[in-house]
Amino acid sequence: MGKNKNKKIRLNRRQLLVGTASLSAIAFTSRISNSQETNPNNLPPNVPEWTSELGVGVDANPYGMPSEYENNVIRRNVEWLTASTESSVNFTPIQDLEGIVTPNGLCFERHHGGVSVINPRDYRLMINGLVDREMIFTLDDLKRFPQTNKFYFLECAANGGMEWKGSQLNGCQYTFGMVHNVQYTGVKLSDLILETGLKSKAKWVLAEGSDSSGMTRSIPIEKILDDCIIAWAMNGEALRPEQGYPARLVVPGWEGNMWVKWLRRLEFGDMPYMTREETSKYTDLLPDGKARMFTWVMDAKSVVTSPSPEKSILHKGIHQLRGLAWSGRGKIKRVDVSLDGGKNWQTAKLHDPVMSKSLARFTLPFEWNGQELLVQSRAIDETNYVQPTINELQKLRGVNSIYHNNSIATWKVNKDGTVDNVRLG
Amino acid sequence: MFALVKKLLIFLLIVFIPNLLIAKERKFNLGKIATKTEIAGWDIDVRPDGLGAPIGSGSAIIGEEVYAEQCASCHGDFGEGLDRWPELVGGEDSLDTHDPVKTTGSYWPYASTMYDYIYRAMPFGVAQSLTHDETYQVVAYLLYMNEIIEEDFVLNDKNIGKIKMPNVEGFLMPDPRPDIANISGNPCMKNCNSPTKIIGKARDIDVTPEEEKS
Repeated sequence: MGKNKNKKIRLNRRQLLVGTASLSAIAFTSRISNSQETNPNNLPPNVPEWTSELGVGVDANPYGMPSEYENNVIRRNVEWLTASTESSVNFTPIQDLEGIVTPNGLCFERHHGGVSVINPRDYRLMINGLVDREMIFTLDDLKRFPQTNKFYFLECAANGGMEWKGSQLNGCQYTFGMVHNVQYTGVKLSDLILETGLKSKAKWVLAEGSDSSGMTRSIPIEKILDDCIIAWAMNGEALRPEQGYPARLVVPGWEGNMWVKWLRRLEFGDMPYMTREETSKYTDLLPDGKARMFTWVMDAKSVVTSPSPEKSILHKGIHQLRGLAWSGRGKIKRVDVSLDGGKNWQTAKLHDPVMSKSLARFTLPFEWNGQELLVQSRAIDETNYVQPTINELQKLRGVNSIYHNNSIATWKVNKDGTVDNVRLG
Repeated sequence: MFALVKKLLIFLLIVFIPNLLIAKERKFNLGKIATKTEIAGWDIDVRPDGLGAPIGSGSAIIGEEVYAEQCASCHGDFGEGLDRWPELVGGEDSLDTHDPVKTTGSYWPYASTMYDYIYRAMPFGVAQSLTHDETYQVVAYLLYMNEIIEEDFVLNDKNIGKIKMPNVEGFLMPDPRPDIANISGNPCMKNCNSPTKIIGKARDIDVTPEEEKS
């Protein structure tokens, strides 16, 4: 015991020197990092405290949380974007995530009237309009229907919306983070309507939330019967309140605004309802002043999550480039990566599982020896659609569309390993 | 002969009527039938043709008072929008310019949507607190401010589906995507003709939120 103490005191002097040196190295290379000094006491041949002492017991955290050293892996918002946090958005830290599953607490939030707090006993889903029987279901009722379990990405149509006119936000999180990917548990709407029946005139469904914005969107009946779900669970546990607890609509591959949270009502009708969201908001303005309406599908898209503006390169030598790809039209077939701004491309490795309308993970090993790089990724989906450049999209749609920017981003790796969001032309 | 036909008819009825009933029957026997009263409380949507518009009426003259009291603190006295709250008035002839201004007057295609949205979601934080008459009054005031109706026009459930909004023809359907050229699945891989000159940097725009120092 006494011997160990002496060893610690002796090493603490060394730690001061080494610690100072490594701190300045981190400050130089990493703009956003959870910087922690290395403590030589914990390194071989020494035995660290966590080895010699007992840790906390079970139940110290009845609901477990990430390591305190991961406290920079959080959702973030851009305050100047909106007038209030109740009607606002934040972003998933995709640059810090691996694989394809987004942890529930990191799924980006988009609210129009804040987060409703609903006692599940008071939850009711009403189905009315052009059905044989207008009905009301409790949450327990919904859970007694045949169950489905599916992975789907959810992307806000405005993801990347700030980048139409130029590179504006210097972050992977801020430019691509309005997306998440979880496994949903719920009932298919095609099963639910076996209970209510459907009149032949029913062509549209109005989905309505019970939040303070009364969120509403019109959805064509073909989509409703194809693959839409009323979900009550995500990644194995109940929906988080900010994701629509206790039940939300899942509209696979289509823009996130349609995935009505805190779902209270489905009305079947013979024409679209032309709600505020689908007329004044989620319509895509073209240069001639006309706007595209009912642009529901999220086209194929990909992004390199590391290196990225938040993920500087810290060492020379071998690295694993990481990224995510997804398509609202089906499976990702291939992802190409360029390190020279789109002149030359190589095909990245796609990791299993690659599922329809779900995020897919790709990686590519590369060497870095201090040179400048212009990093891009390009997704190709099973319909053979190739993710476009921003110049291609601008030619067709101008710069005032706000929504559906699925273009290729460029990350410039500087000589010091820092990374910038840049626009090429 | 007649008895035989009668027997056959009865047989057919016995065989087919239950099948017809089953087709109409609930498959899982879950949930309950909604009452008219329950539906009336929640079915608040109003369609472009006016379907769903509740009985009521209002004009811009009274609407101005309701607006000043309930809306102006965020949207401004003249619908100009304060801070980052939305502009509600003006913006005509701006949609094809570099800085389009989308307001109820310049962009919204249906007056029904104004009624529907204001009743269900406004005032912000006090949703569904306006009476139906107050909602008609506020909508009438905004239509008047956007020079779509006269000051004394009485907006009601019968005529809200007939208001012609300036931008009703401004929307294109169906969705033309995929609208990009390359849907071949075989893009260029080597020595591609791709611009690599840097023409903009997010770092220079300098609007990215700064990380708080811990």
